[in-house]
Amino acid sequence: MSAIDPAAAVLQRVERPREPSSFSNALVFAWRAVLKFRHVPEQLFDLVMTPIMFTLLFTFVFGGALAGSTGDYLQYFLPGILVQTVIFNSVYSGMGLSTDLGKGLFDRFRSLPIWSLAPFAGLMVGDILRHLIAGTIILTIGLILGYRPNAGLLGVLGGFALLIAIGFGAGWIFIVLGLLIRTPMTVMTIGFTVMFPLIFASNIMVEPETMPGWLRAFVEVNPVSHMATAMRAILGEGTTLTQIALALAAPVVLTLVLAPVTLWLYMRR
Amino acid sequence: MNDQPQFREPLARAEAAPLAISARGLAKQFGDVRAVDGIDLDVPRGMIFAILGPNGAGKTTLMRMLATLAAPDAGTASVMGHDLLREPHAVRAAIAMTGQFASLDEDLTGRENLMLLARLWGFRGREARARADALLAAFELSDAAGKQVKDYSGGMRRRLDIAASLVVTPGVLFLDEPTTGLDPTARQGVWRMIRQLAGSGVTILLTTQYLEEADQLADRIAVIDHGRKIAEGTSRELKAATGSGFLHVALADAGRMAEATAILEQRLGHQVQPSAEGAELSVIAGTAQAANEAIAALLAADIEVTDFSLGQPSLDAVFFALTDRATESEPAKGKRP
Repeated sequence: MSAIDPAAAVLQRVERPREPSSFSNALVFAWRAVLKFRHVPEQLFDLVMTPIMFTLLFTFVFGGALAGSTGDYLQYFLPGILVQTVIFNSVYSGMGLSTDLGKGLFDRFRSLPIWSLAPFAGLMVGDILRHLIAGTIILTIGLILGYRPNAGLLGVLGGFALLIAIGFGAGWIFIVLGLLIRTPMTVMTIGFTVMFPLIFASNIMVEPETMPGWLRAFVEVNPVSHMATAMRAILGEGTTLTQIALALAAPVVLTLVLAPVTLWLYMRR
Repeated sequence: MNDQPQFREPLARAEAAPLAISARGLAKQFGDVRAVDGIDLDVPRGMIFAILGPNGAGKTTLMRMLATLAAPDAGTASVMGHDLLREPHAVRAAIAMTGQFASLDEDLTGRENLMLLARLWGFRGREARARADALLAAFELSDAAGKQVKDYSGGMRRRLDIAASLVVTPGVLFLDEPTTGLDPTARQGVWRMIRQLAGSGVTILLTTQYLEEADQLADRIAVIDHGRKIAEGTSRELKAATGSGFLHVALADAGRMAEATAILEQRLGHQVQPSAEGAELSVIAGTAQAANEAIAALLAADIEVTDFSLGQPSLDAVFFALTDRATESEPAKGKRP
C-alpha cells in the first residue's frame, strides 16, 4: 500500500474563512448530536426499552394491587414514568462527555478557535432530542394501554416542556460526573446510585400513605415527587403555579449551582 | 491571514519577531511532580523542531501548554506573535494539534469528522464538504470517506487525524509522537508529509522518543528529561558537543557484555553505553591510541570482538550521555528553592 502523499492542492495554503459566530459553532455541535442518532440507532433501543418494561411491568403486575385496577394505576403511574425516564436518560450526555474526554476529542475542540461552550450546546441538543423521542414513545404506549391525558393537547405540550426542563436540570449532574470521571460506565454507576433512591423513594410508583413516617417525610420533600405531582396535574386535571414552581425548583437550583462548576471544570487546564 | 490585516501595529510586531514560538521559563506541576520545570524555547518560523525525550520527560505537557490545552504554572510564551495567556483565542486560530491518541469521533464517518471541523473553522455547507473531500483524497482516504471511524485501521486513523489538523493551514502544527505505533512504511509516509508541510511554510513542533526520527526529520532538536531542557541544537551540533572519538565495539558473545564494559570503563575512564539490542557497546575513547589499547585489553581478556569502529557518536549515544549528565546533576537541582 502506498503511503501518505498529500496532493499539491492540500499543501497550498488554505486560509480560514470568516470567523463563524458562537451560535453557528453551537449549531455544528447540534448537527453532530443528530448524526450520532443516525449512526448509533441502537442507543434509542436502550433509551426506550427500560421505561417500556417499567410501564408494562408495574401496570399489569402491580397495578391491580396498588390502585384497584390496572387502568386506574396507569392513569396514576404514566406521568411519573415520564419523569423517571427523563431523569435516567440524562445520563447519556455525561457518558458521551466522558467518552469524548477519554479519547482526546475534547482536546481537539479546545484547541480550536471556537466558542468554548459550544460542545455543551451539542450535548444539550442531544438530550432534548432523547427526551422528546422517549417521551413520545412512552406516551404513545400509554395511550394504547388506555391512559388519557385529560388536559388535552395543550397539557401534553406543557408536560413535554416540563420534561425538558427536568432533563436539563438533571443533565448537569451527569455532565459534572462526566467531566470528573474518565470511564463512561463509572459515570453511569455513580449516577444511578444517586438517582435510584430518589426515584423509588418518591411518589412516582405509589402514594406515600402506606409508608413509615420517616420515609413519608422524605418522599414529601423529595424533588422528584414534586416533579411527578406537577406532571400528573399538567397532563390531567390542570396544574397550579405552586406545583410548577416546586417541580422546577430542583432543576433551577441544579443549573445555578452546577453550570458554573461545569464551566470551571472544563476551563481548568 | 485575514486576522485584521488592516491594523499595522500587530503586523509590525510580528515582523519584528519572526519566531513561531518563543517560551521563557514554562513550568507545570502535577501534584508533587514537576512535569515541566522551567523550559525556554525559541522556534523560528518554517522549521521542523523536535522535542526529544524519554517517556514521562514532559514533552506532551510542554506541547499541551503551547497549544493552550494546559495552563502553565509559571513562565510566558508567545505562539505566532500571540501571547499564550492573554490571547489564547488568537493562538488557537494560528495552530493545529494532532495528539498522541486519535482525537476523532468514532461514531461518525471520516468525511463527517472533517466536515465537523471545517464547519467549526467557518466553512459553510458545500465548501465544508469540498474541503473534507479534498483532504480525504490527499490522504488516500476517499474510499473510506463514508465508513465510521471505528472501522478504520490504526494507520488510517492517524492519517485522518493529521488531515483534521490541516482543514485550515496552521501557522504552527503540533504533532505529539506522530509516528508512534505506525509500521515503517506508514512512518516514512508521515515523515514525507511533514517535510512537505514544512516546505510550504508551516512551522512544525513534534515530540518524539525516537532518536532516528529527530535525526532524520528535524532542523533543530531540544532534548528534554525530567521536565528540563538538557541540550539543544542541530543533530550535528549535539553529536559534536558530546565529543568525537566514540569507540563502538560489537562482541561475539553477548554473555560477556558486563565483563567487557568493566574493562572499557577502566581503560578509558568513561561510562559505557550498551546498545538497545545486540552485544554492542559505545564509549568515549578520546584518542585512537586509547581506543587501540582498549581493544587490545578486550582481546587480552579473551573477549572476541566481531567489529569495531571509531567515529561520531550516534544520536543514541548522545542522548544517553546527555540524560546521564542530567541525572548526575540531580542533587544540585534538589537544593534549589
